Amino acid sequence: MFWQTLVDGLAVGSLYAVTAIGLVLIYKTSNVVNFAQGEMAMFSTFIAYQAFTHWAWPYWAAVLAASAFALVLGWAVYWLFLSRLSRAPLLSQIIATLALFLLFRGVAGAIWGNQPFSFPTAVQPTVVRFGPTLILSTQIITFAACLLLMALAYALFRYTRVGLAMQAISQNMFAARLMGVSVGRVYGFSWALSTLLGAVAGMLIAPTLFLSPTFMEGVAIRAFAAAVVGGFASLPGAAVGGLLFGVLESLFGFYISPAFKTTFVSLVIIAVLYVRPGGLFGPRTVKKV
Amino acid sequence: MTNAARPRALAATVALAALVLPWVVARLGPAASYMLNLSVIFAIVAIALNLLTGFSGQISLGHAGFLMLGEYASALLTLKAGFPFWAALPASALLVGAIGFLVGLPAVRLSGNFLAVATMGFGLAVPEVMLNWAGLTHGSAGLMPKSPTIGGFSFGSDVAYYYLALFCLALVWYICATLLRSRTGRALQAVRDSEPAALASGINAAYHKALAFAISAAFAGVAGALYAHYVNFVSPNDFSIQDSFLFLAMIVVGGLGSLPGSLLGAVLLTVVSQLSTSLGQFSIILTGSVMLLAVLFFPGGLISLARRRRPTPRVPAPLAQRSAAGGS
Repeated sequence: MFWQTLVDGLAVGSLYAVTAIGLVLIYKTSNVVNFAQGEMAMFSTFIAYQAFTHWAWPYWAAVLAASAFALVLGWAVYWLFLSRLSRAPLLSQIIATLALFLLFRGVAGAIWGNQPFSFPTAVQPTVVRFGPTLILSTQIITFAACLLLMALAYALFRYTRVGLAMQAISQNMFAARLMGVSVGRVYGFSWALSTLLGAVAGMLIAPTLFLSPTFMEGVAIRAFAAAVVGGFASLPGAAVGGLLFGVLESLFGFYISPAFKTTFVSLVIIAVLYVRPGGLFGPRTVKKV
Repeated sequence: MTNAARPRALAATVALAALVLPWVVARLGPAASYMLNLSVIFAIVAIALNLLTGFSGQISLGHAGFLMLGEYASALLTLKAGFPFWAALPASALLVGAIGFLVGLPAVRLSGNFLAVATMGFGLAVPEVMLNWAGLTHGSAGLMPKSPTIGGFSFGSDVAYYYLALFCLALVWYICATLLRSRTGRALQAVRDSEPAALASGINAAYHKALAFAISAAFAGVAGALYAHYVNFVSPNDFSIQDSFLFLAMIVVGGLGSLPGSLLGAVLLTVVSQLSTSLGQFSIILTGSVMLLAVLFFPGGLISLARRRRPTPRVPAPLAQRSAAGGS
């Protein structure tokens, strides 16, 4: 049973990891924690639902359309709201993302209603047996897709021009701007990419959680937890954190209590932050006077 | 303000209006009276949160959690331990304050975004614990605390309860105003403005940060207890993470670091969110829009419009500087 729990934990943990990487990408470049990340992912997933169920598009077309929507949505949210607040106090930026959280949840509820909807899977779920352990084909696809996305995000950040620009901005925005980096464009790009990552996680987890305006709330808090493990500054840290939380939570749910999972996650967040305020893999931060 | 007479006259007018208000509002029907009482109770939460966020510079996305703890503390104390309401109210304040202190302990080492994430986790955990600790809380069936009575008089009516809530609001306001003028209050604001400078002046920043959390949580607990005995029903669905955002919206729209601003924001957003409840989803759409507009166009809150002539901005500056989250 242990291996079963581990497999389930890794499958769901990879989704947390992808969402967390989205959060970290934005934080690393623009120092904003996007509290609306989960709701933006929820909204994009609803677009896929709309295309698939109401317009009868094929699954892959619906997913692609929703992904494109997510890219535009992330970019638009940055340009319409967050770009205006780049010099505002941190609290204003937090409030702005919280306001977006409420807006997306409200608009989704107004359009589609609050009851849970079923969402299609990429393939027909079939069972693969490894001894006593059962693995669903959908779990394998989820895990593979997430690993691929994580690898792509990492490669992009590490080896491409725009990734280099992101790194430069996260080290010193002023110097990056002097070197000719278009800071606004890079911010917009990281918002778009981050929203895409969230949306893919949303579409992969929607078949299990059922689609509703609140369905990403639990995923989002776990993604925050995962990002905290990496100190919000490390992409591999967030990935490890996501997988770790998936597994820990799955073990906790199976061996101790399935009802107190969120409480467990919150306690872990608070404990990690108490012991290492910069996260387990995060850099030591020194406060400037 | 240079002219001390004007704000005093204004305060007296507001206080007088507050005393007459329930009789006027009662003519508009029970829904309006409910909205008024809710505004008063939420004003207590807004003041509590402003003490923490506006005056001490620490953000909390978990105040709905403290509110719910206050509800349950008071309901359980009256129903299961046989406390009278008048003892349960201060007892739940102390209890929730103690929990707030514990939650505030990690906050001592955190700021900005990280604190927001930690408190958000707390806010999500409280309803889950209340739902699943069914042996104590009866889960989703909830608890039914009674209206408070004194002698033979019951505070069951909207108007009577209004005066009770208003008295608590006035008390909380008075305590906060006195605290902020005291040495402790100045220390809180010094820590907000610059922690290293406060430390260098011999202020124990860690103690003051945790203290701010404890006091703020205690006041939120009072509001929770008042709410519980007003609606006479307590369940894990009463408050959610959205309400934590709503409380934050109140102080941002009203004015950070301002007691009148907290009141203004609380009344405005309670009315907005309650009026639009009949419109379903439009409640949170409207709340979100008001938050967004306030942040984009009135970063000092509504109260800053009244203070136009003041040259200094009212938004606490340190939150701007602490963009880098993390360690102390």
